[in-house]
Amino acid sequence: MTPLRVSLVGVVASLLLILIVLELVRGRRLKERYALLWLATGVVLLVLSAWREALNTIAGWLGVTGYPPAVLFAVATLFILLVLLHYSTVLSKLTDENVELAQRIALLEERVARPKTD
Amino acid sequence: MTLGRIIAVVPAYDEAEVIGKVVDEIRAFDPTIDVVVVDDASSDETASVAETHGAVVLRLPHNVGIGGAVQTGLKFALAEGYDTAVRLDGDGQHDAGELGKLLAPLERGEADLVIGSRFVDPGGSYRPPFARRIGIRVFARLVSILGGERVTDTTSGFLALDRIGIELFAAEYPHDYPEVEATLVALKSGLRLSQVQVRMRERETGSSSITFVQSLYYIVKVLLALLVASLRRYPRLEGARR
Repeated sequence: MTPLRVSLVGVVASLLLILIVLELVRGRRLKERYALLWLATGVVLLVLSAWREALNTIAGWLGVTGYPPAVLFAVATLFILLVLLHYSTVLSKLTDENVELAQRIALLEERVARPKTD
Repeated sequence: MTLGRIIAVVPAYDEAEVIGKVVDEIRAFDPTIDVVVVDDASSDETASVAETHGAVVLRLPHNVGIGGAVQTGLKFALAEGYDTAVRLDGDGQHDAGELGKLLAPLERGEADLVIGSRFVDPGGSYRPPFARRIGIRVFARLVSILGGERVTDTTSGFLALDRIGIELFAAEYPHDYPEVEATLVALKSGLRLSQVQVRMRERETGSSSITFVQSLYYIVKVLLALLVASLRRYPRLEGARR
Protein backbone atom coordinates (compact mmCIF):
# COMPACT_ATOMS: atom_id res chain seq x y z
CA MET A 1 0.00 0.00 0.00
CA THR A 2 1.09 3.54 -0.72
CA PRO A 3 2.43 5.38 2.35
CA LEU A 4 -0.17 7.95 3.48
CA ARG A 5 2.33 10.80 3.32
CA VAL A 6 3.09 10.05 -0.34
CA SER A 7 -0.63 10.13 -1.11
CA LEU A 8 -1.03 13.48 0.66
CA VAL A 9 1.90 15.02 -1.20
CA GLY A 10 0.47 13.66 -4.45
CA VAL A 11 -2.93 15.20 -3.77
CA VAL A 12 -1.47 18.58 -2.83
CA ALA A 13 0.87 18.63 -5.83
CA SER A 14 -1.82 17.71 -8.35
CA LEU A 15 -4.28 20.20 -6.83
CA LEU A 16 -1.57 22.84 -7.10
CA LEU A 17 -1.03 21.96 -10.78
CA ILE A 18 -4.75 22.23 -11.51
CA LEU A 19 -5.05 25.56 -9.68
CA ILE A 20 -2.01 27.06 -11.43
CA VAL A 21 -3.32 26.01 -14.84
CA LEU A 22 -6.77 27.44 -14.09
CA GLU A 23 -5.24 30.69 -12.88
CA LEU A 24 -3.11 30.96 -16.04
CA VAL A 25 -6.21 30.45 -18.20
CA ARG A 26 -8.18 32.97 -16.13
CA GLY A 27 -5.44 35.55 -16.62
CA ARG A 28 -5.40 34.77 -20.38
CA ARG A 29 -1.77 33.71 -20.20
CA LEU A 30 -2.64 30.18 -21.31
CA LYS A 31 -5.15 29.27 -23.99
CA GLU A 32 -7.83 26.71 -23.14
CA ARG A 33 -6.59 24.66 -26.05
CA TYR A 34 -3.18 24.19 -24.44
CA ALA A 35 -4.55 23.95 -20.90
CA LEU A 36 -6.61 20.83 -21.53
CA LEU A 37 -3.76 18.32 -21.52
CA TRP A 38 -2.30 19.87 -18.37
CA LEU A 39 -5.68 19.74 -16.63
CA ALA A 40 -6.10 16.11 -17.66
CA THR A 41 -2.64 15.42 -16.18
CA GLY A 42 -3.63 17.13 -12.91
CA VAL A 43 -6.97 15.33 -12.64
CA VAL A 44 -5.55 11.87 -13.35
CA LEU A 45 -2.72 12.37 -10.84
CA LEU A 46 -5.20 13.72 -8.28
CA VAL A 47 -7.46 10.69 -8.65
CA LEU A 48 -4.59 8.22 -8.45
CA SER A 49 -3.13 9.98 -5.40
CA ALA A 50 -6.42 10.24 -3.50
CA TRP A 51 -7.87 6.85 -4.39
CA ARG A 52 -5.24 4.64 -2.82
CA GLU A 53 -6.96 1.32 -3.52
CA ALA A 54 -7.16 2.13 -7.22
CA LEU A 55 -3.43 2.90 -7.35
CA ASN A 56 -2.78 -0.38 -5.60
CA THR A 57 -4.94 -2.32 -8.05
CA ILE A 58 -3.36 -0.70 -11.09
CA ALA A 59 0.09 -1.38 -9.68
CA GLY A 60 -0.96 -5.01 -9.36
CA TRP A 61 -2.09 -5.12 -12.99
CA LEU A 62 1.18 -3.64 -14.14
CA GLY A 63 3.24 -6.04 -12.08
CA VAL A 64 4.58 -3.29 -9.82
CA THR A 65 4.81 -5.28 -6.62
CA GLY A 66 7.10 -3.41 -4.26
CA TYR A 67 6.09 0.21 -4.39
CA PRO A 68 2.73 1.33 -5.86
CA PRO A 69 3.60 5.08 -6.02
CA ALA A 70 5.99 4.17 -8.85
CA VAL A 71 2.83 4.05 -10.96
CA LEU A 72 2.24 7.73 -10.12
CA PHE A 73 5.66 8.57 -11.54
CA ALA A 74 5.03 6.47 -14.60
CA VAL A 75 1.67 8.13 -15.28
CA ALA A 76 3.08 11.60 -14.69
CA THR A 77 5.98 10.87 -17.07
CA LEU A 78 3.61 9.56 -19.71
CA PHE A 79 1.49 12.71 -19.56
CA ILE A 80 4.54 14.96 -19.73
CA LEU A 81 5.65 13.08 -22.85
CA LEU A 82 2.19 13.57 -24.35
CA VAL A 83 2.27 17.28 -23.60
CA LEU A 84 5.74 17.64 -25.15
CA LEU A 85 4.76 15.69 -28.24
CA HIS A 86 1.68 17.86 -28.59
CA TYR A 87 3.87 20.95 -28.36
CA SER A 88 6.15 19.59 -31.06
CA THR A 89 3.20 19.30 -33.43
CA VAL A 90 2.11 22.83 -32.52
CA LEU A 91 5.65 24.06 -33.13
CA SER A 92 5.79 22.35 -36.52
CA LYS A 93 2.52 23.94 -37.56
CA LEU A 94 3.70 27.35 -36.40
CA THR A 95 6.96 26.92 -38.33
CA ASP A 96 5.09 26.15 -41.54
CA GLU A 97 2.71 29.04 -41.03
CA ASN A 98 5.62 31.31 -40.24
CA VAL A 99 7.42 30.42 -43.48
CA GLU A 100 4.21 30.85 -45.44
CA LEU A 101 3.74 34.31 -43.93
CA ALA A 102 7.34 35.30 -44.71
CA GLN A 103 6.85 34.17 -48.31
CA ARG A 104 3.64 36.15 -48.67
CA ILE A 105 5.26 39.25 -47.22
CA ALA A 106 8.12 38.92 -49.71
CA LEU A 107 5.67 38.55 -52.61
CA LEU A 108 3.41 41.39 -51.46
CA GLU A 109 6.30 43.78 -50.80
CA GLU A 110 7.60 43.21 -54.30
CA ARG A 111 4.14 43.88 -55.71
CA VAL A 112 3.67 47.05 -53.68
CA ALA A 113 7.08 48.40 -54.65
CA ARG A 114 6.63 47.55 -58.33
CA PRO A 115 6.34 50.61 -60.58
CA LYS A 116 2.85 50.95 -62.04
CA THR A 117 2.90 49.97 -65.70
CA ASP A 118 -0.57 51.19 -66.68
CA MET B 1 5.70 22.71 -77.19
CA THR B 2 7.38 26.03 -76.60
CA LEU B 3 8.95 27.30 -73.44
CA GLY B 4 6.82 30.42 -73.25
CA ARG B 5 7.86 32.97 -70.66
CA ILE B 6 10.86 31.82 -68.67
CA ILE B 7 11.83 32.85 -65.17
CA ALA B 8 15.08 32.12 -63.38
CA VAL B 9 14.68 31.65 -59.63
CA VAL B 10 17.87 32.37 -57.72
CA PRO B 11 17.86 31.77 -53.96
CA ALA B 12 20.58 33.80 -52.28
CA TYR B 13 21.88 34.23 -48.77
CA ASP B 14 24.76 36.66 -48.19
CA GLU B 15 25.98 36.48 -51.78
CA ALA B 16 26.51 40.20 -52.46
CA GLU B 17 29.96 39.52 -53.95
CA VAL B 18 28.79 37.11 -56.65
CA ILE B 19 25.07 37.68 -57.08
CA GLY B 20 25.61 40.45 -59.63
CA LYS B 21 27.66 38.15 -61.81
CA VAL B 22 25.10 35.35 -61.47
CA VAL B 23 22.32 37.66 -62.66
CA ASP B 24 24.45 39.03 -65.49
CA GLU B 25 25.31 35.55 -66.75
CA ILE B 26 21.68 34.47 -66.87
CA ARG B 27 20.77 37.61 -68.79
CA ALA B 28 23.74 37.08 -71.07
CA PHE B 29 22.55 33.56 -71.83
CA ASP B 30 19.09 34.86 -72.77
CA PRO B 31 18.02 38.46 -72.18
CA THR B 32 14.33 37.49 -72.34
CA ILE B 33 14.60 35.38 -69.19
CA ASP B 34 13.33 37.28 -66.17
CA VAL B 35 15.54 36.81 -63.14
CA VAL B 36 14.06 36.77 -59.66
CA VAL B 37 16.51 36.72 -56.77
CA VAL B 38 15.02 35.52 -53.51
CA ASP B 39 16.97 37.12 -50.71
CA ASP B 40 16.73 34.84 -47.69
CA ALA B 41 17.18 37.64 -45.15
CA SER B 42 20.81 38.32 -46.01
CA SER B 43 22.82 40.55 -43.72
CA ASP B 44 24.78 42.03 -46.63
CA GLU B 45 23.82 43.95 -49.78
CA THR B 46 22.65 40.91 -51.76
CA ALA B 47 19.22 42.37 -52.48
CA SER B 48 20.30 45.80 -53.66
CA VAL B 49 23.16 44.42 -55.77
CA ALA B 50 20.75 42.00 -57.46
CA GLU B 51 18.32 44.83 -58.11
CA THR B 52 21.06 47.00 -59.62
CA HIS B 53 21.83 44.18 -62.03
CA GLY B 54 18.23 44.10 -63.17
CA ALA B 55 16.74 41.26 -61.17
CA VAL B 56 13.37 41.33 -59.50
CA VAL B 57 14.10 40.85 -55.80
CA LEU B 58 11.88 39.11 -53.28
CA ARG B 59 13.01 39.94 -49.75
CA LEU B 60 12.15 37.40 -47.08
CA PRO B 61 11.69 39.09 -43.70
CA HIS B 62 13.52 36.28 -41.93
CA ASN B 63 15.59 33.30 -42.96
CA VAL B 64 13.41 30.42 -44.15
CA GLY B 65 16.04 28.07 -45.59
CA ILE B 66 16.98 27.46 -49.20
CA GLY B 67 13.90 25.35 -49.96
CA GLY B 68 11.59 28.00 -48.55
CA ALA B 69 13.41 30.60 -50.63
CA VAL B 70 13.14 28.59 -53.85
CA GLN B 71 9.46 28.01 -53.16
CA THR B 72 8.93 31.75 -52.75
CA GLY B 73 10.32 32.26 -56.25
CA LEU B 74 8.11 29.50 -57.63
CA LYS B 75 5.04 31.03 -56.01
CA PHE B 76 6.00 34.26 -57.73
CA ALA B 77 6.39 32.37 -61.04
CA LEU B 78 2.96 30.82 -60.58
CA ALA B 79 1.26 34.09 -59.67
CA GLU B 80 2.85 35.93 -62.59
CA GLY B 81 1.93 33.21 -65.06
CA TYR B 82 5.36 32.01 -66.17
CA ASP B 83 5.42 28.85 -68.28
CA THR B 84 8.92 27.68 -67.46
CA ALA B 85 11.17 28.13 -64.43
CA VAL B 86 14.82 27.35 -63.91
CA ARG B 87 16.58 27.37 -60.58
CA LEU B 88 20.21 28.37 -60.12
CA ASP B 89 21.99 28.90 -56.83
CA GLY B 90 23.04 32.40 -55.85
CA ASP B 91 26.62 31.35 -55.10
CA GLY B 92 27.48 30.95 -58.77
CA GLN B 93 28.10 27.18 -58.74
CA HIS B 94 25.49 26.66 -61.45
CA ASP B 95 26.75 27.80 -64.83
CA ALA B 96 24.12 29.78 -66.73
CA GLY B 97 25.88 28.71 -69.93
CA GLU B 98 24.43 25.23 -69.29
CA LEU B 99 20.83 26.43 -69.25
CA GLY B 100 20.35 25.42 -72.88
CA LYS B 101 20.92 21.76 -71.99
CA LEU B 102 18.52 22.04 -69.08
CA LEU B 103 15.76 23.61 -71.16
CA ALA B 104 16.05 21.30 -74.18
CA PRO B 105 13.93 18.41 -72.80
CA LEU B 106 11.21 20.88 -71.79
CA GLU B 107 11.27 22.44 -75.23
CA ARG B 108 10.80 19.02 -76.81
CA GLY B 109 7.90 18.41 -74.41
CA GLU B 110 9.60 15.33 -72.99
CA ALA B 111 9.76 16.28 -69.33
CA ASP B 112 8.12 18.29 -66.58
CA LEU B 113 11.23 18.41 -64.42
CA VAL B 114 14.79 18.48 -65.70
CA ILE B 115 17.64 17.97 -63.26
CA GLY B 116 21.11 19.12 -64.12
CA SER B 117 23.04 16.08 -63.00
CA ARG B 118 26.76 15.75 -62.50
CA PHE B 119 26.67 12.00 -63.04
CA VAL B 120 24.53 11.11 -66.05
CA ASP B 121 27.64 10.52 -68.08
CA PRO B 122 29.89 8.07 -66.21
CA GLY B 123 32.93 9.68 -67.83
CA GLY B 124 32.01 13.07 -66.43
CA SER B 125 34.74 15.03 -64.75
CA TYR B 126 33.01 15.81 -61.46
CA ARG B 127 34.74 14.00 -58.60
CA PRO B 128 33.36 15.07 -55.23
CA PRO B 129 35.06 14.00 -51.99
CA PHE B 130 34.61 10.32 -51.15
CA ALA B 131 32.06 10.68 -48.32
CA ARG B 132 29.93 13.05 -50.33
CA ARG B 133 30.08 10.81 -53.38
CA ILE B 134 28.79 7.88 -51.31
CA GLY B 135 26.01 10.04 -49.86
CA ILE B 136 24.92 11.28 -53.26
CA ARG B 137 24.89 7.75 -54.63
CA VAL B 138 22.94 6.30 -51.70
CA PHE B 139 20.28 8.98 -51.97
CA ALA B 140 20.05 8.50 -55.72
CA ARG B 141 19.64 4.75 -55.30
CA LEU B 142 16.98 5.20 -52.61
CA VAL B 143 14.97 7.67 -54.66
CA SER B 144 15.27 5.37 -57.67
CA ILE B 145 13.85 2.46 -55.69
CA LEU B 146 11.11 4.43 -53.94
CA GLY B 147 10.18 6.48 -57.00
CA GLY B 148 10.40 3.65 -59.51
CA GLU B 149 12.68 5.45 -61.94
CA ARG B 150 16.44 5.61 -62.19
CA VAL B 151 17.85 8.89 -60.86
CA THR B 152 21.55 9.67 -60.83
CA ASP B 153 21.86 12.91 -58.89
CA THR B 154 19.12 13.89 -56.48
CA THR B 155 21.17 16.45 -54.61
CA SER B 156 21.54 18.83 -57.52
CA GLY B 157 19.72 22.13 -57.17
CA PHE B 158 20.22 23.03 -60.82
CA LEU B 159 16.84 22.33 -62.40
CA ALA B 160 14.17 23.38 -64.85
CA LEU B 161 10.40 23.04 -64.50
CA ASP B 162 7.42 23.33 -66.78
CA ARG B 163 4.10 24.72 -65.61
CA ILE B 164 3.13 21.47 -63.87
CA GLY B 165 6.44 21.35 -62.04
CA ILE B 166 6.06 24.97 -60.96
CA GLU B 167 2.59 24.24 -59.62
CA LEU B 168 3.76 21.16 -57.72
CA PHE B 169 6.76 22.78 -56.05
CA ALA B 170 4.96 26.07 -55.36
CA ALA B 171 2.50 24.01 -53.33
CA GLU B 172 4.89 21.49 -51.83
CA TYR B 173 8.62 21.93 -51.34
CA PRO B 174 10.67 21.07 -48.26
CA HIS B 175 12.05 24.13 -46.51
CA ASP B 176 15.54 22.90 -45.76
CA TYR B 177 17.72 20.53 -47.79
CA PRO B 178 14.88 20.10 -50.28
CA GLU B 179 16.31 18.49 -53.41
CA VAL B 180 16.28 14.77 -52.61
CA GLU B 181 12.78 14.68 -51.15
CA ALA B 182 11.44 16.98 -53.87
CA THR B 183 12.68 14.58 -56.55
CA LEU B 184 10.78 11.71 -54.94
CA VAL B 185 7.64 13.84 -54.55
CA ALA B 186 7.85 14.78 -58.23
CA LEU B 187 8.15 11.12 -59.26
CA LYS B 188 5.27 10.07 -57.03
CA SER B 189 3.14 12.89 -58.41
CA GLY B 190 3.64 11.51 -61.89
CA LEU B 191 5.96 14.19 -63.27
CA ARG B 192 8.15 13.18 -66.16
CA LEU B 193 11.76 13.49 -65.10
CA SER B 194 14.71 14.08 -67.34
CA GLN B 195 18.36 14.29 -66.34
CA VAL B 196 21.03 16.03 -68.30
CA GLN B 197 24.75 16.15 -67.75
CA VAL B 198 25.93 19.59 -66.72
CA ARG B 199 29.16 21.17 -65.62
CA MET B 200 29.17 22.75 -62.21
CA ARG B 201 31.71 25.19 -60.95
CA GLU B 202 33.66 25.20 -57.75
CA ARG B 203 32.25 27.82 -55.45
CA GLU B 204 33.73 31.25 -55.99
CA THR B 205 33.70 32.59 -52.46
CA GLY B 206 33.73 30.99 -49.06
CA SER B 207 33.74 27.27 -48.36
CA SER B 208 30.87 24.81 -48.40
CA SER B 209 28.31 26.02 -45.92
CA ILE B 210 27.80 22.56 -44.45
CA THR B 211 29.62 21.60 -41.25
CA PHE B 212 30.02 18.07 -39.91
CA VAL B 213 27.05 18.29 -37.55
CA GLN B 214 24.95 19.81 -40.31
CA SER B 215 25.82 17.01 -42.68
CA LEU B 216 24.75 14.47 -40.07
CA TYR B 217 21.49 16.36 -39.69
CA TYR B 218 21.22 16.51 -43.48
CA ILE B 219 21.56 12.75 -43.88
CA VAL B 220 19.17 11.83 -41.09
CA LYS B 221 16.62 14.47 -42.04
CA VAL B 222 16.60 13.45 -45.69
CA LEU B 223 16.34 9.74 -44.85
CA LEU B 224 13.39 10.43 -42.57
CA ALA B 225 11.76 12.65 -45.19
CA LEU B 226 12.18 9.94 -47.83
CA LEU B 227 10.74 7.29 -45.55
CA VAL B 228 7.72 9.41 -44.72
CA ALA B 229 7.24 10.58 -48.30
CA SER B 230 7.25 6.99 -49.49
CA LEU B 231 4.41 6.25 -47.06
CA ARG B 232 2.38 9.26 -48.18
CA ARG B 233 0.08 9.38 -51.15
CA TYR B 234 0.52 12.16 -53.64
CA PRO B 235 -2.24 13.01 -56.08
CA ARG B 236 -1.27 12.38 -59.68
CA LEU B 237 -1.10 15.78 -61.25
CA GLU B 238 -3.48 16.69 -64.03
CA GLY B 239 -1.53 16.91 -67.24
CA ALA B 240 1.51 15.03 -66.07
CA ARG B 241 2.39 11.89 -68.08
CA ARG B 242 -0.05 12.61 -70.84
